[in-house]
Amino acid sequence: MNNPITENLTWFPACKTYDVPDNGGVCVKYKHKQIALFNFTRRGEWYASQNMCPHRMQMALSRGMIGSLEGEPKIACPFHKKNFSLIDGRCMSGDDYKIKTYPVKIEDDLVFIGVSEEEDHYETVCV
Amino acid sequence: MKIVIIGNGMVGYKFCEKLVAKFNAHSSLSITVFGEEVRPAYDRVHLSEYFAGKSAEDLSMAPAQWYADNHIKLHLGDPVQSIDRLNKTVHSLHGITAPYDFLILATGSSAFVPPIPGVEKQGVFIYRTIEDLEMMTEYAKKSKTGAVIGGGLLGLEAAKAMLDLGITDTQVIEFAPRLMPRQIDDAGSKILQSKLEALGLKIHTSKNTSTILGDDCITGMRFSDDTHIDVDMLVISAGIKPRDEIAKLAGLEVGQRGGIVVNERMQTNDPHIFAIGECALYKGMIYGLVAPGYEMADVVATRLAGGEKTFTGYDMSTKLKLIGVDVASFGDPFIPQADCRTVVFEDTMKGIYKRINITKDGKHLLGGVLIGDAEAYNMLLQTTKSKLALPPNPEDVILGSRGGAEGEGGAGVAGLPDDALICSCEAITKGHICNSVTEQGCESVDAIKKCTKAGTGCGGCVPMLKDLMVHTMKSQGKYVRNVLCEHFSYSRQELYDLVKVKQLKSYDAVLDEIGHGDGCEVCKPAVASILASLWNEMILKKGNDTAQDSNDRYLANIQKGGTYSVVPRVPGGEITPEKLIVIGQVAQKYNLYTKITGGQRIDLFGAHLNDLPAIWKELIEAGFESGHAYGKALRTVKSCVGSTWCRFGLHDSVSYAIRIEERYRGLRAPHKIKSAVSGCVRECAEAQSKDFGIIATEKGWNLYVCGNGGSKPQHALLLATDLDSETCIKYIDRFLMFYIKTADPLTRTATWLNKMEGGIDYLRNVVVNDSLGIGQQLEEEMQLLVDSYECEWKAVVENPELQKRFSHFVNAPEEKDPTIKFEPLREQKKATEWKPQPLKGL
Repeated sequence: MNNPITENLTWFPACKTYDVPDNGGVCVKYKHKQIALFNFTRRGEWYASQNMCPHRMQMALSRGMIGSLEGEPKIACPFHKKNFSLIDGRCMSGDDYKIKTYPVKIEDDLVFIGVSEEEDHYETVCV
Repeated sequence: MKIVIIGNGMVGYKFCEKLVAKFNAHSSLSITVFGEEVRPAYDRVHLSEYFAGKSAEDLSMAPAQWYADNHIKLHLGDPVQSIDRLNKTVHSLHGITAPYDFLILATGSSAFVPPIPGVEKQGVFIYRTIEDLEMMTEYAKKSKTGAVIGGGLLGLEAAKAMLDLGITDTQVIEFAPRLMPRQIDDAGSKILQSKLEALGLKIHTSKNTSTILGDDCITGMRFSDDTHIDVDMLVISAGIKPRDEIAKLAGLEVGQRGGIVVNERMQTNDPHIFAIGECALYKGMIYGLVAPGYEMADVVATRLAGGEKTFTGYDMSTKLKLIGVDVASFGDPFIPQADCRTVVFEDTMKGIYKRINITKDGKHLLGGVLIGDAEAYNMLLQTTKSKLALPPNPEDVILGSRGGAEGEGGAGVAGLPDDALICSCEAITKGHICNSVTEQGCESVDAIKKCTKAGTGCGGCVPMLKDLMVHTMKSQGKYVRNVLCEHFSYSRQELYDLVKVKQLKSYDAVLDEIGHGDGCEVCKPAVASILASLWNEMILKKGNDTAQDSNDRYLANIQKGGTYSVVPRVPGGEITPEKLIVIGQVAQKYNLYTKITGGQRIDLFGAHLNDLPAIWKELIEAGFESGHAYGKALRTVKSCVGSTWCRFGLHDSVSYAIRIEERYRGLRAPHKIKSAVSGCVRECAEAQSKDFGIIATEKGWNLYVCGNGGSKPQHALLLATDLDSETCIKYIDRFLMFYIKTADPLTRTATWLNKMEGGIDYLRNVVVNDSLGIGQQLEEEMQLLVDSYECEWKAVVENPELQKRFSHFVNAPEEKDPTIKFEPLREQKKATEWKPQPLKGL
């Protein structure tokens, strides 16, 4: 949906749409990755990002609160409330962090997340 | 332009920094720095923090790389030996010759060592550089007793350093009849001395050291009055001596008692050579503080950059904490009684001394001294510098207004003139700040910070920024709205009323009806809390679950590493052996770290999200219920054992605490609420540090409110006395509901009261005298909440749909988070430390 990398995407089925609470997130396991998936019901949109907050390296973003800053969708980490854009992953709290975002598509009641396999090697180390 | 700087101390560094900032467009600038020490400039003011665990790097002003990045040639450990004024070059110890167009002397000062026989012995130190500190640290290992010569500012800093090194038997020797003779008056010194003595320092005044005893190493000191003491080590910190040797050698004019003579441009008698900092002598005075040194650096940097600036002296007012004691002096602290009137407040019990000198007509403040409590320092300094009119009772400025609820004794920010310095780190005046509001449209503290840089240094002036902004906006006729966030243009109190009137029951309904956008982590929990306070529905009801803060959403406290802690309610701190055993069994089964909390209950740490429902199922079966440790809600009602066992107890404090805790359990509020009940005036339950505290009296209960422990401790204030149990609960109902309805989000009762116009008197009128006529309504609203209480964990344990949320992976619900790791700690476990951050660009 919002990821510049569109080549070599593998779309894997993450869960059913009703598994994700309205306006909330869940954590999806994909190989060694943890991906945070957000059902932004209010906007009728789905987003996905890495689950780890880069501030203190905590697997926590899926448990954070989503919202918007001047119209841009974002996630706030539950640990120290660092904000990240769900569009491009940049930190909106003035720090020099960036999180990875993933494209999401819905087919019937299935949620698919698109991952690019090449990146997998180094991501497993840090994501 | 070639600039050479001799000296790389704090002022020398600051000069480089200012030069770089002012010249960044010009590439023709060449800067060379020679420093005697081997380290780049470090923060000498906070040298004693070296002992408190700060490293040399922590104290550094900027790393060597900073100099390289800014093309500054830095020669460390290489002092300049001579200046050739004719050819305009300097020559260093290591043989470097550097030409200059302008030469800046920032050579600083050295410790003044009085000529006492024996100062060369081992174990005698001066207190000036990190090397001095390192040598002291080494020697202190084999020393038990110590002494410091010098009871001034630096001497007391050195004494603190000795205490930090573990030498608890430390004596301070001062030649003058009192401590800090340059800064504070006699009475102030006495109070300071008694406070320091209470901390374990021995202090001798009017004492002149005649000999340092010992063979190779110091063993003691003899004084001119023929007394002597035994000490293992000695630090001399009796004053400073400007480093003017090199200036003298070059034929520059120096003062009789040292110091390089400069004019108001900081120029020496050679117009190409400047002196700044503690080595400079301006109008017969050495300025031994860092702030005037920075000011001098700015004068020279500005002039070199083509600007106009002069040094005209500097206010030597100062505020510091000496071994935990506030000491401040401002303006002229020593004016003789004949030339002014003085107001003195002295409390030898608490060790507080305050003196202000005011003009004979009582209109203006001239100076003063504050010991033990220097909170009013900034305001008093401004009042002195800006020649503000004093209130009709000038004593109010140090004692606070004591006549009823009239608010501020002084004039407040409104009374400050435009040139009053508000942010001293960035040198921003009140005029600048007000201008940013009126001319540049800054209507938030953040906007003011961005626009003016005020408040971006130490941050101490931020509350003043807010006051100034509010005042300026009000004076422009703007209604200052205390709005929640970008999604709601209402204050919490307005929102509470709107949600109630419109009967809104979910976060989305509130956002649709009276908000805009998609919400955020500020308004979601605030609205969720209002909904809980109003309707008391299960907080995880669909639609409101994701508006809860993480802890409320999972009904547990998230901890380092991503596990949760579990706190069952233990009302009043009373627990049966059977229940204790269950807690132990549950902790063993789920491998939890257990700890007794400050609120008389037991915290179980390290629970996986997946395990929470199972853990609670067992606890609930054993008769426990949620302790709401995760919520902005009533936490604990602590109690002492009371009259059932204690020989002093007046009433049964435990039973009353249990009754109170069970009445208000689960109550959602703008912030957490803590309480306690003490069975007698000995106050073992510490009720006066709680949001509401109850203390037994012969005739009933005394009710205290709005106390706080935490980061800003505040004693609770007495609301009503000798109440019977029913009336006491009635008042608590009213007090809590009034707080819930009117406080801003995340505002504890103490802060709520501090902001309330009229303070405790107003609150007492509302709660006790029912001045607003809402007493009954408040009681009814509270009763509704009490009646609709249910244990949230019980609801989850009974509802498989709610339990579904307690798994880490949505697509592998039985799997726990594999990244969670623990480390062993004293037969239990702890969370692993925060992991280091990866390289950027991931």
